[in-house]
Amino acid sequence: MPIKLEKRPQPSRLMIYLTPVLAVALTMIIGGIVFSLIGFDGFGAVREIFFAPLINTLKWQDLAVKAAPLVIIAVGLSIGYRANVWNIGAEGQYILGGLAATGIALMTKDMSGPWILPLMALAGIAGGMAWVAVPAWLRTRFQVNEILTTLMLTYVSINLLNYLVFGPWKSPHAFGQPQTISFSADQSLPYIIPGTIVQAGAPIAIIIVFIAWFVVSRSLFGFQIKTVGAAPFAARHAGFSASQTIWIALLVSGGLAGLAGMLEVAGPFGRMVPQFPTNYGFTAIIVAFLGRLHPVGILIAGIVLAITFVGGEVAQTTIAFPYPAVGIFQSMMLFFLLAGDVLVRYRLRLRGSTPAGSTSGEAQA
Amino acid sequence: MNDGVADRLALSGIVKRFPGVLANDRVSFAVKPGEIHALLGENGAGKSTLVKMIYGIMQPDAGEIFWNGAPTTVSNPKVARKLGIGMVFQHFSLFEALTVLENIALGMDAKIPARELEARVGAIMQTYGLKLDPHRKVSTLSVGERQRIEIVRALLLNPSLLIMDEPTSVLTPQEVEQLFVVLRQLASEGCSILYISHKLHEIKALCDTATILRSGKVVDTCDPRVETSRSMAEKMIGAGLKDINKTAGRERGREKLVVQHLSLPPVGEFGTALKDISFTVHEGEIFGIAGVAGNGQNALLLALSGEEAVHEADMIMLDGEPIARQKTRQRRLKGIASVPEERNGHASVPDFSLSDNSVLTARDRIGMVISGLIRPGTAQSYTGKVIDAFSVKTTGIKSTAGSLSGGNLQKYIMGREILQNPSVLVVSQPTWGVDAGAAAAIHQAIIDLAAAGSAIVVISQDLDELLSLCDTLAVINEGRLSAPMAVEGADVEEIGLLMGGIHGDPEASAEMHVHPETVHAD
Repeated sequence: MPIKLEKRPQPSRLMIYLTPVLAVALTMIIGGIVFSLIGFDGFGAVREIFFAPLINTLKWQDLAVKAAPLVIIAVGLSIGYRANVWNIGAEGQYILGGLAATGIALMTKDMSGPWILPLMALAGIAGGMAWVAVPAWLRTRFQVNEILTTLMLTYVSINLLNYLVFGPWKSPHAFGQPQTISFSADQSLPYIIPGTIVQAGAPIAIIIVFIAWFVVSRSLFGFQIKTVGAAPFAARHAGFSASQTIWIALLVSGGLAGLAGMLEVAGPFGRMVPQFPTNYGFTAIIVAFLGRLHPVGILIAGIVLAITFVGGEVAQTTIAFPYPAVGIFQSMMLFFLLAGDVLVRYRLRLRGSTPAGSTSGEAQA
Repeated sequence: MNDGVADRLALSGIVKRFPGVLANDRVSFAVKPGEIHALLGENGAGKSTLVKMIYGIMQPDAGEIFWNGAPTTVSNPKVARKLGIGMVFQHFSLFEALTVLENIALGMDAKIPARELEARVGAIMQTYGLKLDPHRKVSTLSVGERQRIEIVRALLLNPSLLIMDEPTSVLTPQEVEQLFVVLRQLASEGCSILYISHKLHEIKALCDTATILRSGKVVDTCDPRVETSRSMAEKMIGAGLKDINKTAGRERGREKLVVQHLSLPPVGEFGTALKDISFTVHEGEIFGIAGVAGNGQNALLLALSGEEAVHEADMIMLDGEPIARQKTRQRRLKGIASVPEERNGHASVPDFSLSDNSVLTARDRIGMVISGLIRPGTAQSYTGKVIDAFSVKTTGIKSTAGSLSGGNLQKYIMGREILQNPSVLVVSQPTWGVDAGAAAAIHQAIIDLAAAGSAIVVISQDLDELLSLCDTLAVINEGRLSAPMAVEGADVEEIGLLMGGIHGDPEASAEMHVHPETVHAD
């Protein structure tokens, strides 16, 4: 059937903000139908995955724990994405951040003091930055596409992690288990709400959101990022260096992913294990887009994605819904979001029909 | 059906709509056999849309096309060619790596043996005096020669109507004269010609009849030989024209901008290298750079604005200080402003508000940034001043640059630079695609800035514009700049030759780097 995509003169602002909401709603409806058709309790799964964690107040602390790393990584990614710098390998930078923090923890295992934790955080940030510096250099020096290099380095980082925990960093007391020694109290994040599992990651995520919001909306650097992304030639005309922008965008995203890695290893994990890569780095890509690359939107989107993680575990126990299927729901959100974005900017038109809005008498063609 | 002979082409009530725009509104006119008929109008008047329907690229939403008196549907260009309609586009579709003959063969609807084709091509070139070596590669040809390929292609079909879309916009004066000879000969043999242009003196020199379009409507059909250029221009823009006075109260001061032996390797795949360019601009002087598109104009603007790195500091001097190694931002602070040719995406960001677009280039001189933070209030009030001072038609400082018409956006961009009071302004194609009213306002602003003592460099393909605006003129060709000459008493013939009218020496033309794809559409 001859269907044409026709650019809308002006995309609706309302629809730009409504699309993420519609994407989530469509995911529930279509996901429910599809899983029902293949023999699962599809709408039961939707209920457990999307609503159970919200209704059950006991689950709220799990949401905070899951959302924090997603939000921190996604805020960093969004800064690069605004400048059309596509860091897809936050997972690798997250792992390197975790490894760098673990390195500090292992070096300071016989020491104590409040300086250890900040040092681990700095090491985490530096680890993420170092890992992303390779793609940044390749991109600015040789025009190598950063999508490929950042992604490929993720697999390198997983092998590095396995080498370390199966080899030199393996704990002597773990009965041959591939894991490091447990972190001491001075090497672990404090619990900020007594009696819960909420550690320092959640408030740090919120602080980062507001710093990013300020930088993006008020600073010349935020303007520079936006300009480079929207019109590279105009950015050059404005005197903004493309290489500098790429470097900063990648270092910020790598550094924040590394910080998230440190917060995870010094928080919920408490030691480095082969199970450390939990796809936060990849899921954060969905969070960044679902949040419209806006720091506050990302905060909300991070909570939505955290709901699906926590809800997935609920659905697994309550209705025996397979946990990997949660990934399908998450991917559907991104799919509907991107499809929705196309329709926000273009309209579908059957070939031969009269274009809408053609009654205006102004001629410009 | 005058004089008992059917019109070759007649349009009756043609309507074409695009989303949000009525491009052609009940357009009717007729072209007689052997007539050279001008279709005249500003950019955006609907000329191109109309000829695309005549050539079958688009279909009208309403109205009828009559061919030799009979109602006809031109469903596609192949049908048009069968009817005897030939078209020479403003943008050529030629393969650079192939020869003239190979390009012609590829464009034919029917397969013709190579030898027969060569004979027919030779005959046409003979008849119309179109000089062209059929075995030369297109990449070695000048723009004028490339256009001749397209004309030969169209003539091979023995057209009884030839449509020429803005054929002279990239030609030197000599090439224009040669083209007119060919067109007059064609017309004398009975071929009708529909000649699309906004250059009034050409239409007066060439055409028998002119149909003037404004905002998609026919406003008049007249005899250009009895009209004045001014009367046709006023019909075209629908308003009176203001005269500009280029010398009022202007004095030439000290040497301001000195470019000496500036060379730059080609930028990007289709770039042109700059070779040993030298010129001096004084305070209060307007210095024009003429030339056919793609001869290094873009590279020169980028080198002067600082967007392209120049490695030897004294290649560009400002007030005697070597500045060639300074970046865009430093040069702006020193007073060098620039307006690149491409308005959307280079001089401005289409998706940004006008206020944000002011931050782009005016932030340092106007003080819109303090300790790394943008002061939106300062940007907004400056933008408001630009809009007022240059009568930019817009809904306000919050409207996006992309929502402005070409002329209004150009007025905003010129205003944004000029109100920063630059001591040097480098501007490329200041009035390209801009309506005549806005063009006059922009020219006046350039003259006023020069009168205030700034040194100005105007790069333009429009020789008429440069001759009316500038004090001094030089021609850029293949990345080299000619010796400057005073505009007063300048010989147009000589300028035309410098623009690359002669390509007798195959060695010299072998390094031609003219790329039609870098020539902008209207």
